[in-house]
Amino acid sequence: MIKRDLVIVGGGPAGMAAAVSAYENGVKDILLLERDQYLGGILNQCIHTGFGINYFKEVLTGPEYAGRFIKKIKGVSGIEVSLKSIAVKLTNDKTITFLSPGRLKTIKARAIIMATGCREKTREMTHIQGTRPAGVFSAGLAQKLINIEGLLPGKEVVIIGSGDIGLIMARRFALEGAKVKAVIEIQKKSRGLLRNMVQCVEDFDIPVYFNHKISRIYGKDRVEKVSVMKVNDNFNEIPGSIFEIKCDTILMSVGLISENELIEMAGVKIEENKTSVPGIFVCGNSFKIYDVVDSVTTDSYLIGKLAADYTLS
Amino acid sequence: MKIYDVAIIGAGVIGTSIARELSRYRLDVALLEKETELAFGVSKSNSGIIHPGTQNPPASLKGKLCVQGNFLIRKISKELNVDFKEVGELIVAFNEDEIKELLRLKKEAEFLGVPGLKTVDKAWLKENEPNLNSVVVCGLYAPTAGIISPYRFVYDLAENAIKNGVEIHTETKVIDIIRVDKYFEIVTSKELFKTKYLINAAGLFADDISKMLTIDDFRIKPRKGEEFILDKKKENLTNHLIFPLPSKISKGVLIIKTADGNPMIGPTAEDIEDKEDFSTSDSGFSKVLLSARRLIPSINDKDIISYFAGLRPVAGDDFIIRHESKAPGFINVAGMQSPGLTASPAIALLVADILKNNGLALKKKLIFHAHRKKTIHLFAIPLPQTKKLIKKDASYGDIICRCEMVSAKEIQDAIKRGAKTMDGVKFRTRAQSGRCHGSFCTTRIMKILAEETQTPLAGITKRGKGSEIIKERI
Ligand SMILES: Cc1cc2nc3c(=O)[nH]c(=O)nc-3n(C[C@H](O)[C@H](O)[C@H](O)COP(=O)(O)OP(=O)(O)OC[C@H]3O[C@@H](n4cnc5c(N)ncnc54)[C@H](O)[C@@H]3O)c2cc1C
Ligand SMILES: Cc1cc2nc3c(=O)[nH]c(=O)nc-3n(C[C@H](O)[C@H](O)[C@H](O)COP(=O)(O)OP(=O)(O)OC[C@H]3O[C@@H](n4cnc5c(N)ncnc54)[C@H](O)[C@@H]3O)c2cc1C
Repeated sequence: MIKRDLVIVGGGPAGMAAAVSAYENGVKDILLLERDQYLGGILNQCIHTGFGINYFKEVLTGPEYAGRFIKKIKGVSGIEVSLKSIAVKLTNDKTITFLSPGRLKTIKARAIIMATGCREKTREMTHIQGTRPAGVFSAGLAQKLINIEGLLPGKEVVIIGSGDIGLIMARRFALEGAKVKAVIEIQKKSRGLLRNMVQCVEDFDIPVYFNHKISRIYGKDRVEKVSVMKVNDNFNEIPGSIFEIKCDTILMSVGLISENELIEMAGVKIEENKTSVPGIFVCGNSFKIYDVVDSVTTDSYLIGKLAADYTLS
Repeated sequence: MKIYDVAIIGAGVIGTSIARELSRYRLDVALLEKETELAFGVSKSNSGIIHPGTQNPPASLKGKLCVQGNFLIRKISKELNVDFKEVGELIVAFNEDEIKELLRLKKEAEFLGVPGLKTVDKAWLKENEPNLNSVVVCGLYAPTAGIISPYRFVYDLAENAIKNGVEIHTETKVIDIIRVDKYFEIVTSKELFKTKYLINAAGLFADDISKMLTIDDFRIKPRKGEEFILDKKKENLTNHLIFPLPSKISKGVLIIKTADGNPMIGPTAEDIEDKEDFSTSDSGFSKVLLSARRLIPSINDKDIISYFAGLRPVAGDDFIIRHESKAPGFINVAGMQSPGLTASPAIALLVADILKNNGLALKKKLIFHAHRKKTIHLFAIPLPQTKKLIKKDASYGDIICRCEMVSAKEIQDAIKRGAKTMDGVKFRTRAQSGRCHGSFCTTRIMKILAEETQTPLAGITKRGKGSEIIKERI
């Protein structure tokens, strides 16, 4: 079995910061696994600006922010990057198995950092009544379709939830000439950053319905309309408040969930700054959901240092 | 113009089972399906249970065919290399009155020939089904109950039927049928077909088809069943299929084990009018959750990761399988409510028999390919075997769906075997059916489909025309 000092799973901002930090703190044998064909994680599809204000004191786009770390990693020989490499198994004796086109490898590491990011809550998890036609997307998938693939998911859009990704996508659709008919938020106020409420929704005259919830999806093959109801503080329907909105697309922006199935399968428990197994660490969105990437970077630097201390001790 | 010996309308589990059975013989067989994909009618939205035959009236046709089907499916699933698992079922009683009912069921089932039945007591239940509600007093254990992936079963039957010469025409909706001399002319949305014998296996629309030949003595009434899928983490929630006592119109809300590992709870049973209403509801959800918790109290709504509705094509209390003397050569196979999936292999034999009795010569082919090579699913094999596969073909290591671990190779294979849509890929491979529901892999699957089927990305659909995933290129 191949042995490595430190294996990092996930080449998003968290994994990259942890790799750079571990390297700077003395670990010279690092393997960074990334299942995608490039480093950068979610940042690659975030082509809007607003990244790095705290960390770099500059306003950058997602890819620009990621680019700074990619450059650092490429500049040193102690960090080997393995792209198109997906970790599929972790065990608590710190072995990790990954697949990539043409190979399956199992590696024994002194320390492992899991930085696998997060996924979005889906329509299925939110129990919305009605049919299951084409045209229901998670906001992140819609972002990827537009920004990376150059494909427009729809022309008349209703966004469910006022999280940041949903708000940013409201603007993105508007800029592409689609009509964003509503943002529906069950809470009294937005879950997103104030600047996103102003710049992405108000500036584009997109109606936001607070204290409202979607009650049904209609459409056989493709989304045709949704019905929406006003709710009280306990999220119960206010009688007689139901109305319909015609649309061909629904975006779900109702929250993120840490991706840590590999850790769970290994029976490893996540604790603050470490896990129940010495030498296995977790950072970034797979540890907890962050609002801004700058804090991901700061915290992951710390984890990189802790992992370095562990590896070298 | 070619005249087929037999044309079958409807590529659900019934139509494909019949097609595969007939492919043993020297016949020209065509299977006509209106949807883009096979199995996209009733046959993909059901519980996937191979019933032992315990809940049917002793004099019924479905009772007899269910027991036969349960027996026959073992051989077929081996031949086709499709996963059938005998997990056994428990029908449970909550009080003395229910025990009486249980014993009556046992007697009826034994009359129908259901093997291995026994009643089990509280101690047995506690040991073998620890999560079961402790107030259950007694159970009827039927060891021959099993599970299968209902849609993969159809795909595998179809693949084997094609290999043995059956023609399958999708996106071919039957619009009218005309009886001319000794054959039928079938007008479809695509081309005209001529056939000597015609089998109606059109599921929910079997009454409409029958009416085209002025046989109008039954109506298909849809009975909706909503089902809710639990996270795979709960795979070992139960060791058996768990049933309450059946009601008048259904087997009740069950705790189901599925071929994919995820437990499932449901279905509801609600008579509706619209044959295309596959919507789910909050009330269905609460009903199923409440009833399921009566069986297994620890079930949590947070465990539910997906849901769907299916429609049972109900025409009275029993199956309708008969040759129509008013239109010689025309056979109705209608009213395929539960246990239609289980009974399908027996129905296929019965239909072959009916054809023979009505003058069709069934001569065995010299070579019939009974066996089908197993479809490879990385999620179902251990890592060392995956390693070997990757050595042989690098694209097994190119994982597209990370939640369910589905490789590019499996997706390409699914497309070669007939998948044309995103859902077609999903039901064949499980890609997009995990926790992220396609958020991560949709774009890559779209690209593979576009490439393999030579379709522009904007033409890729969820399940056929009208369900395009995207609107346009920017
Ligand atoms: C759709 C979306 C939009 C967002 N938009 C913004 C925004 O506009 N502004 C902002 O500040 N924050 C935004 N965020 C939050 C942002 O994701 C985080 O701040 C930051 O990207 C988290 O970094 P990470 O490295 O933890 O996760 P990610 O960026 O998600 O990186 C995780 C990486 O791990 C890889 N990976 C996962 N599992 C495996 C495995 N088994 N094997 C190998 N590799 C694996 C993934 O491919 C990915 O590259 C957004 C998040 C999402 C989901
Ligand atoms: C909720 C639920 C749970 C169930 N659970 C079980 C179970 O656990 N075990 C069991 O044994 N059974 C079960 N059943 C029953 C089982 O699913 C059905 O008996 C079986 O799938 C019926 O298959 P079919 O081929 O007759 O119908 P379908 O699968 O509907 O096939 C008919 C096909 O005909 C096509 N068609 C219709 N009209 C036309 C036309 N004009 N031209 C061309 N094609 C046409 C349709 O598109 C369709 O593909 C369940 C059913 C439901 C709804």
